[in-house]
Amino acid sequence: MSVFEIVRFAIRGLFTNRLRTFLTVLGITIGVASVIILLAVGNGSSKAIQASLDRLGTNSLQVRSGGGGFGARARASASSQKPLTILDAAALMDKTQAPDILQVAPIASTNGTCVVGASTTTPSTFYGTWPAYYKASNTSIQSGSYFTNDDVTQGRRVALIGQTTATALFGTTSPIGQTMRCSGIEFTVIGLTTVKGASGFQDGDSLVLIPITTMENSITGNQPLSSIIVEATNSKTTDAAQTELTTILDARHGISGRKTADFSVFNQASLLTTASTSSKTFTTLLGMVAAISLLVGGIGITNIMLVTVIERTREIGIRKAIGAPKGAILSQFLIEATILSVLGGALGVLVGFIGSHFTIAGTKPVIVPASVFLAFGVSILIGVFFGGYPASRAASLRPIEALRHE
Amino acid sequence: MEAVRAVDSVVDKLPVIEVRDAIKRYGVGDASIFALNGVSLTIEAGEYVAIMGPSGSGKSTLMNILGALDNMTSGEYFLDGIEISSMDEIHLSIVRGRKIGFIFQSFNLIPRTTAIANVELPMAYQGVKTKERRERALVALDVVGLGDRINHEPTELSGGQQQRVAVARALVTRPALLLADEPTGALDSKSTADLLDLFDQINAAGRTVVVITHELDVAHRAKRIIRMRDGKIVSDELNKERVA
Ligand SMILES: Nc1ncnc2c1ncn2[C@@H]1O[C@H](COP(=O)(O)OP(=O)(O)OP(=O)(O)O)[C@@H](O)[C@H]1O
Ligand SMILES: [Mg+2]
Repeated sequence: MSVFEIVRFAIRGLFTNRLRTFLTVLGITIGVASVIILLAVGNGSSKAIQASLDRLGTNSLQVRSGGGGFGARARASASSQKPLTILDAAALMDKTQAPDILQVAPIASTNGTCVVGASTTTPSTFYGTWPAYYKASNTSIQSGSYFTNDDVTQGRRVALIGQTTATALFGTTSPIGQTMRCSGIEFTVIGLTTVKGASGFQDGDSLVLIPITTMENSITGNQPLSSIIVEATNSKTTDAAQTELTTILDARHGISGRKTADFSVFNQASLLTTASTSSKTFTTLLGMVAAISLLVGGIGITNIMLVTVIERTREIGIRKAIGAPKGAILSQFLIEATILSVLGGALGVLVGFIGSHFTIAGTKPVIVPASVFLAFGVSILIGVFFGGYPASRAASLRPIEALRHE
Repeated sequence: MEAVRAVDSVVDKLPVIEVRDAIKRYGVGDASIFALNGVSLTIEAGEYVAIMGPSGSGKSTLMNILGALDNMTSGEYFLDGIEISSMDEIHLSIVRGRKIGFIFQSFNLIPRTTAIANVELPMAYQGVKTKERRERALVALDVVGLGDRINHEPTELSGGQQQRVAVARALVTRPALLLADEPTGALDSKSTADLLDLFDQINAAGRTVVVITHELDVAHRAKRIIRMRDGKIVSDELNKERVA
């Protein structure tokens, strides 16, 4: 008997038992597809968190006046509070005391309105800072140039503005080299920052950045800083940098013993680490759900295969009684099982790929290639083993034993 | 008659059944049952034998051994001069396919499979080419009078028709030996008569036929009647009505 003939028998077997064929293929399809999609959702959500981690920069810390920041240093009484000053920022740049701090950017902020002719706008962010701010806050420019340390020391009246501010004041013409009047002071626009988009309710492009010296000298006077952005040397040294800056500021602000701190440190990295840890947990959970669904699918396949062979033991007996060799029967059932599992597995992969194109629970799924091979492989192994093993047992029976089977 | 000869264009060499001291024992120890308790039997080529006996006397057990569907506990069995009792599974499947045609009381057709596919099946396992297989299956179905029902599945056929498909399937490989275990057990009298006519034709064409039956009128169509009781042959005589 030729292989071709046995394959024909197997295909005929599948067609004569249409419902069973359909149910088995369906079971495998669902199992494989759910594994692929669930893992893709988990993977997608951790990818999304990773992306926001990368965007925010994992190595920056923010120091603000007042207690009660992230990491819970208790509130100090208002009277004993010392404000954050530009000198505090300068002190943090001490390489011997704070080897893990790469750079420091003080931020003075104000609420001012900018005017050009008849156009006015109130930028939601109006900061005075120095060049270290660019990298620490992931700010870059799309045209023009940055203001430099020299601009800061000289207290020049130059400004970088965001796209929203530029459009409000200058419309479609290039703002570079133009002048604008903010809080009564005239500034030359020297750079346009790259579009950041909105984060939360804040428009990241409604922005004016000027040298901190210019702001203190001309607008705010010696007002305290609103915050200091500290950048650690890399993402692993953020915690060390936090300890160092706390030690330095404690000393400068006379914080010791009972006296509680009058500043607080916000560690974005640790916040995001928590988020990414919980996303890993989420992925693991989804993976477990997927594994269970594959297992349940597998048990379903096993069940159908076992029932099929038991149901068809009599048929196996008949075939043996009319001269079928064991090999031919076994091959037929193995080929049936293989066709079923490959078909179901392939459909499952297809459904998995299609399903992963939709946004599920607010997440854009990203397929894990290994999950495709795993799910496909496991379903085929289960199908072939549980289709093949009972068939081989039935085919080894004496014909009369198989025929007596009810 | 002519048609049977057509199926059987090649006349096989003399088939002989020779069984010596067949013992079939079920279970172990005190609880064991001797379904066959020392049966010796010789059947010459071209004989038409009926086996009778009360229920549980071991008729089916003997038949299954003759058909190579079951093995015996001890004893020897030669079919056509070949020792079956010590044969391995691969050779047994060849013997079942080429030497023996087996007809069951419950027909045992493959479900959800057409009459013609059922009849073609044994030839498929023997490696007969598709075209020849189909031709021979058509002839065999014609012989049993089902030429117009070839594409019907078992559930679409009456009991008598199903049994005739089973006969066609048993004959189509041109076996030396046709074994039938209560073939008329599930049939009405008309179907029984048709089937017995068919057996007469088959035997007249030179084939050895062995039939188990409870019914006297079925047994009386055979040329030799063997009676069994408690796993033993108790009588073995020629049927005077059929053999002069
Ligand atoms: N698989 C088995 N296991 C145990 N005992 C069995 C088995 N098959 C048959 N027997 C016993 O062997 C004996 C002979 O059975 P067998 O089927 O040959 O009888 P029979 O003559 O064909 O009867 P009937 O006319 O009812 O078909 C019985 O006592 C039966 O109970
Ligand atoms: Mg019986």
